[in-house]
Amino acid sequence: MKRYSVFAVAREAARYHTGWERAWKSPEPKKKYDVIIIGAGGHGLATAYYLGKNFGIRNVAILEKGWLGGGNTGRNTTIIRSNYLQDPSAAIYEKSRSLYEDLSQDLNYNIMFSPRGVMMLAQTEHEVRGYLRTAHANALQGVETRFIKPDEVKKLVPIINIDGPRYPVLGALWQPRGGTARHDAVAWGYARACSDMGMDVIQKCEVTGVRQEGGRVVGVDTNRGAIDCDKLGIVVAGHSGVLAEMAGFRLPIESVALQALVSEPIKPCMDVVVMANTVHGYMSQSDKGEMVIGGGADGYNNYTQRGSFHHIEETVRALIETFPMISRLKMLRQWGGIVDMTGDRSPILSKTPLENCFINCGWGTGGFKAIPGSGWGFAELMAKGSSPLCDEFSMFRFREGKFIDESVAAGVAH
Amino acid sequence: MLILECPYCGLHADETELAPGGEAHLKRFGPGSSDDDFEGYLFMRENPKGVHFERWRHANGCGKWFHAARDTNTLEVFGTYSAQTTEPPQDIKDKISARRPGWTWREFA
Amino acid sequence: MSTRLAQGGRFLNRARKVNFTFNGQHLTGHEGDTLASALLAQGQMMVGRSFKYHRPRGMVASGAEEPNALVNLGSGNRLEPNQRATTTELFDGLTATSQNHWPSLEFDVGAVNTYFSRFLPAGFYYKMFMYPRAFWKHVYEPFIRQSAGLGRAPEPHVRDEDTYEHFYAFVDVLVIGGGVAGLQAALTAGRAGAQVLLIEQTAHWGGRAPVDGGTVDGKPAAEFVDAALAELRGMKNVVLRDRCMGAGVYDHGYVLAYERISDHAPGPAGPRHRLWRLRCKQVVTATGAIERPLSFAGNDIPGVMLASAVRDYAVNYGVSIGDRTVVVTNNDDAYRTAITLKGLGLEVPAIIDARAGGGGALADEARALGIRVETGKAIAKVKGAKRVEGVAICAQAGEGAVLEEIKCDAVAMSGGWSPVVHLWSHCGGKLTWDDAQAMFRPNADLAPTGAAGEAFVIPAGTANGYMGLAEVLADAAAAGVAAAKAVGAKPKKAEAPQASTPDEAPIEPVWLMPQGADIKLRMKAWLDFQNDVKVSDVQLAAREGFESVEHAKRYTTLGMATDQGKLSNINGLAILSDALGQPIPQTGTTTFRPPYTPISMGAIAGEARGKVFQPIRRTPLQDWHEGQGAYFEPVGHWRRPYCYPRGEESHAQAVAREINQTRGSLGMLDASTLGKLIVKGPDAGKFLDMLYTNMMSTLKPGRCRYGLMCSENGFLMDDGVVARIHDDTFLCHTTTGGADRIHAHMEEWLQTEWWDWQVYVANVTEQYGQIAVVGPDARKVLEKLGGMDVSKDTLPFMAWADGELGGIACRVYRISFSGELSYEIAVDAGHARALWDKLLESGAEFNVMPYGTEALHVMRAEKGFIMIGDETDGTVIPQDLGLDWAISKKKEDYIGKRAQERSHMTDPRRWKLVGLETVDGSKLPDGAYAVADGKNANGQRNVQGRVTSTYHSPTLGRGIAMGLVLNGPDRMGEVIEFPGTDGKTYKARIVDPVFFDKDGEKQNV
Repeated sequence: MKRYSVFAVAREAARYHTGWERAWKSPEPKKKYDVIIIGAGGHGLATAYYLGKNFGIRNVAILEKGWLGGGNTGRNTTIIRSNYLQDPSAAIYEKSRSLYEDLSQDLNYNIMFSPRGVMMLAQTEHEVRGYLRTAHANALQGVETRFIKPDEVKKLVPIINIDGPRYPVLGALWQPRGGTARHDAVAWGYARACSDMGMDVIQKCEVTGVRQEGGRVVGVDTNRGAIDCDKLGIVVAGHSGVLAEMAGFRLPIESVALQALVSEPIKPCMDVVVMANTVHGYMSQSDKGEMVIGGGADGYNNYTQRGSFHHIEETVRALIETFPMISRLKMLRQWGGIVDMTGDRSPILSKTPLENCFINCGWGTGGFKAIPGSGWGFAELMAKGSSPLCDEFSMFRFREGKFIDESVAAGVAH
Repeated sequence: MLILECPYCGLHADETELAPGGEAHLKRFGPGSSDDDFEGYLFMRENPKGVHFERWRHANGCGKWFHAARDTNTLEVFGTYSAQTTEPPQDIKDKISARRPGWTWREFA
Repeated sequence: MSTRLAQGGRFLNRARKVNFTFNGQHLTGHEGDTLASALLAQGQMMVGRSFKYHRPRGMVASGAEEPNALVNLGSGNRLEPNQRATTTELFDGLTATSQNHWPSLEFDVGAVNTYFSRFLPAGFYYKMFMYPRAFWKHVYEPFIRQSAGLGRAPEPHVRDEDTYEHFYAFVDVLVIGGGVAGLQAALTAGRAGAQVLLIEQTAHWGGRAPVDGGTVDGKPAAEFVDAALAELRGMKNVVLRDRCMGAGVYDHGYVLAYERISDHAPGPAGPRHRLWRLRCKQVVTATGAIERPLSFAGNDIPGVMLASAVRDYAVNYGVSIGDRTVVVTNNDDAYRTAITLKGLGLEVPAIIDARAGGGGALADEARALGIRVETGKAIAKVKGAKRVEGVAICAQAGEGAVLEEIKCDAVAMSGGWSPVVHLWSHCGGKLTWDDAQAMFRPNADLAPTGAAGEAFVIPAGTANGYMGLAEVLADAAAAGVAAAKAVGAKPKKAEAPQASTPDEAPIEPVWLMPQGADIKLRMKAWLDFQNDVKVSDVQLAAREGFESVEHAKRYTTLGMATDQGKLSNINGLAILSDALGQPIPQTGTTTFRPPYTPISMGAIAGEARGKVFQPIRRTPLQDWHEGQGAYFEPVGHWRRPYCYPRGEESHAQAVAREINQTRGSLGMLDASTLGKLIVKGPDAGKFLDMLYTNMMSTLKPGRCRYGLMCSENGFLMDDGVVARIHDDTFLCHTTTGGADRIHAHMEEWLQTEWWDWQVYVANVTEQYGQIAVVGPDARKVLEKLGGMDVSKDTLPFMAWADGELGGIACRVYRISFSGELSYEIAVDAGHARALWDKLLESGAEFNVMPYGTEALHVMRAEKGFIMIGDETDGTVIPQDLGLDWAISKKKEDYIGKRAQERSHMTDPRRWKLVGLETVDGSKLPDGAYAVADGKNANGQRNVQGRVTSTYHSPTLGRGIAMGLVLNGPDRMGEVIEFPGTDGKTYKARIVDPVFFDKDGEKQNV
């Protein structure tokens, strides 16, 4: 693989960029691999990458029904943070965030991680107490956060309306090393690195069946023929239920639409990511200048990648209250993605009832930020059968009632 | 933006009047049931890409819960019906079979 | 130079001048101008700079597809960035500034990027700025961010002075687009009796037809438009709206329309924009087509424009783009531009037709007018920098060897037409590639489907791929019939008027000019003018493996600018397909997403802003609280007084005063926000036994019982006092935030699980005001009011009675959340204020004062009472809180019981509720965790408990707290450590959670 650098770009410029090679190869599937990963989104590609990098497992195929990074990896609002409350969540998201710090250099692909800071506004006394709790938990978890006062919020975000009137800003949970990254680049960077390690990233390859013998997985059927494997990782976000059914088990998952929108680009006016959970909206400004906005999810099962417009209305309304200056900006584009929701809204990274078949799913609305950490942990789980990052996220936890519930900060009003 | 007909008040209710309530026709398992049954009842929800039966409440209307048969992939609505039943009425099943040949009740379970 | 012609301009009222400014320069136009046409009339072709290379940019189009002419419109509270000049109607006092340059439009430092453009191909930033690592945050990214964005950001303090509104409408047939196709479809559907709404995004009806010529029933197209409008306006079942754009089509016939009511005449009265939320049975998309640019070197230089736009400016606005306009085309339509210009006395030095065979009747007409027509030729290169100075001509079949240079100051280009399929596609309508016409058009067999699974969108006219006037009208009439039939109207046979236009020779797809253009030319051939994406960029993407159309788009940013690729997508797609050696349909298109053109955030939000953003629920006593200057906290949709500060008092001082007064004598609380649900019916007791962990069916009428409610998942979700009113009637109190949720929860179980049980539930929360009268003197003040016996014997603790106090009918509950002698008095909401006033008056001798939610919280914590939302967070079961006494052992079942039997729920290592007292008497920090030894496998500090509530108790003069601690109840007296986020470590002793009046003597008097 040719390394990317300013010198490489200059060298190529001399010949009008006609010498660049493919970022990833386009191989035909082999008959057998040590590991097959179904799904070439961020999580699947990262899993493959760390299987190779950390465990030397390189005879790996990543099968993708459509185009790599074409699911939720390329449809989210790109927020990266790890200010979670519960230990297992904080562990995997902080591992992820710390990997993002060096990911551009690690992959030799600029994924533009921008640790500009993430703040979560506290707009009720109850939220204040919730975020104070999170700040205490984070301190013990090794996650750098602190609770900041309204004047500091205003200093960091001059465009915010601190006084309400409906919900005054009472403070915020501030994670200075949270931020954003270029979502597509994360998938592309991992794909290029996997390909460079000799792994096969195979696009337009749809899995139609999971083959098993004696309770163990032995391969998959695809639209490009049968492929054997020793181990199988299912990492397909919105279609996890369909794949699980092929593998003969059920998942505690429902798929719903989550929507986002961007404004037309304007000159930089907001340097941090702001999440306002009381009014259900969050906003950041991309490096292109667009205000990137996300809100709530539909409450019903939906596979259309289109959501209902009233969610957009509610989100925009909430954000105009929070940032009044956006009123005369214009919405350029809205879109939807299908997200997997588990019973406790936390992901599943788990062994399955089918031996040597593993599943990584249920990231809900928070998958992008977790990509490197999820890949790191899931690779360890697949390679060694256990991983401290994943073990609490077992798909069997629902039976025991051992939930990882992050909605607790929201709680209920009294 | 769904519209569902509330079978109680007869209104074609906009989605903003409705509150979704998840999978319909759940069989409740209480004390004495196995871990398997209880987990299945509470968490293993149907999530088909296609015909789905679900509960809705006409929350900003008459307040009644009702059931809808809907395709999660096309959002086609085959019909709505009373919540006071353990399985879809025959006319709804017939309609689904007509629109989705080969479909049978609970085939996806 | 572009200039105003002496005559012409069908939209203009030349009698009325309009004053405006551009970059501070005072200019005039005419009524009827757009900002774009007025600027062009003043010779102002260059209006902005491109995003990446800061190249000079002029108008390319005349409508919504314009990628370049974006301005900052207005200033201060009315600043609107990225406003499209081509769709901005001119008004007196309009101020506009150009975007994305420094220090000025003419001299822009950023333009240096164009000299480095060779080093900045598609995706260059993925390959650079990585080393050294620290430079990304401190050097590279700040630099990239500084160059971001186009329009000016409004100042932080800006408040939009305009208002916006939402409209709702149900229509049988919505026709989107007021061109001849839309008019015809509306006529046909309207005549059949269907309810029709016809919307048009511009201020003008008739679309392109009046500009493009042709006849309808032997008369000019403009006369057909006038007649159609007159007929439509006369139909009662038809509504017409101009300046109203179809923005998005959603599931089940939901359509958003965006009406710009006063953008063309800003003023104080009325809303600026109106968002129509339409429910349509059928939607006809008569949205027309957009002309494509041609890809040749220098096609981005100001003065190169779409041929149709050149024609529009001439015919509609009386503006010539240049004195000498070279027309370049691959189809017949562009000949109309040459003919129009020639007719206005302007020079057309040549028509460069890439087709070897040339054109049809229009070409003959052009030749007859003496215009030189070159066939099989192409533009090798446009000369000029900030303005077109000439073109170099070459053979289309070759590699760009220059045959001739032609001096000109404008180029009118046409690469063919693309139907506007956006609205067809938003909700899942599929496309088909029409090879003969080189366009994607709607695939009628794969239309968007509605609730019944039937198609609900019908494309019509050019939007459906019909380009000739006759077939456009025929198709539109058919669409009108189909739509009318689908909604149950009875249309006559589709009869379209007879139209005629000159016969045209077929288009020949030309995606690159010349076809063998070398890399240097391809690096100058623009696809996306705003984002600076060139032919070479898409080819680079393909070479690097970005083969999916979505990859190529995202890698190059093609089509991601504010025009969302209206001009660039198809051209880019064709280049990509060519690079991959596959036909265009195999490459496919990117997804079309709403809105069609950007719509204002203000319009999306509508009226619900400021005070009505989320209306505040008010108790009957809210006015009084406000009058007292209470400090409020949001609780659910309510605002409850947190405390009532007096004078210079701090909130903490006020809370302490309120508590001391209440514990010492008498306090009052507005408890009206508590949820009140009546549960009635023969099976009400049985039902409540399932709802609550306690046994409620054994409660006697006249008595109250505290109850706990769990979710089916076992977790504690609400609590409150239940009073049995009659044998078959209970009144259940819920938490303030819980009323609606618990009501819904009850209904869910009653309607979907136990539907044969005879129970009704009514939420009467707002029917009553509820006042807690609390303190040792509580009984005295009630007795003073008189009217009922509130003595210990008649009304003991946990009893209730109906009666009247001070002449006001009420129900009095002897319940206490403070540990004091306490009466909660429920009255009709309308009498609550009167009772409150009487209580204040009678209580004056006891120095009565109201207390707020914080005093409520502190007093309940002093008593060790749990608070839903503090001690619980959705992960806590009653057993964790030592509430086993409230869980009936006799019942076989209640909601949550089975869940609480799961292994993790019965785990003895679950944290349990205890009291916590700091060793030094200080207050434990909110939310602190108690640490244990060591770290877990993920390197996180082990913990053994946490604080759930913590306060300074004025009663005890020290900090008190409750918390959940591992084996807590067995560790009384043990001291554990809570690291604060302030660097201090707090030591606290595990104690009983009841800090005050452990035997409950005060409440039971």
